[in-house]
Amino acid sequence: MTNQLNPHQWVNAHADYLYAFAISRINDEEQARDLVQDTFLAALEKAENFEGKSSERTWLTAILKNKIIDVYRKKSSGLKNIEIKVAEEEQEDFFDRDSGHWVFEHGPKEFGIEDKDHIINKEFEQILQKCLQKLPVLWKAVFTMKHIEEEPTDTICAELKVTSSNFWVIIHRAKLNLRACLQKNWI
Amino acid sequence: MNNLKKIIYNCKQATFLIEKKSFSKLSFREMIELRVHLYGCSFCRLYKKQSRVINDMVQELFRSSKYTEFRLDDNFKKELQERIEEELNR
Repeated sequence: MTNQLNPHQWVNAHADYLYAFAISRINDEEQARDLVQDTFLAALEKAENFEGKSSERTWLTAILKNKIIDVYRKKSSGLKNIEIKVAEEEQEDFFDRDSGHWVFEHGPKEFGIEDKDHIINKEFEQILQKCLQKLPVLWKAVFTMKHIEEEPTDTICAELKVTSSNFWVIIHRAKLNLRACLQKNWI
Repeated sequence: MNNLKKIIYNCKQATFLIEKKSFSKLSFREMIELRVHLYGCSFCRLYKKQSRVINDMVQELFRSSKYTEFRLDDNFKKELQERIEEELNR
């Protein structure tokens, strides 16, 4: 059985889903709305290419994902990458400059998530979201494409124009800041 | 000896390897380095635990209903469907 497209029902069936998907990734309501619209319009143009192998929703989501990557790319390009500088400065003091050892006050301390059956409550979710938002756009893009979208590393590097060694540096740096932010705000 | 000392103290490198390891195979040398470091460093053992939990929580966050609270307003939706119909009739 192959899946069919039914554009007459698109908005009813998928608009809220796509909107929530976009919001979770770019955190900008107006831009998310535009992306949903662009997705449907692009989908109409590409409708002939739909082979019916995936569901209508999966197909639409794939188009939206590409549009989100475009946004990531635009936001993180350019010379004005002050936010990356700021984020890097933040972690300069995490480790001793000579030995690389944790500086005691920045070192990991237990803050209640170590237990296997930790309960994530609303409050913690909010802090996690805020900490994610604080990451530079490029870092957040790399981080979510890897952790959430589970894209292959090569794809992410190609799409966002980062070298593979820089990719690992970003994955590391993003986690350092995210963890520090959680520890600081949750204890 | 100097090399060993570097490995034992270098938490920056160890946390880097912890992150790399969650997505990629470490080289033999990296694997040994990380093991030796973790054996002696309780900070990084804790980091490793936390890092894994954070990965799970981030995934949960994106999959949870958290974001489904966001809805488009009806007017926008109505116009959007009209726009689609327009395109279809062209």
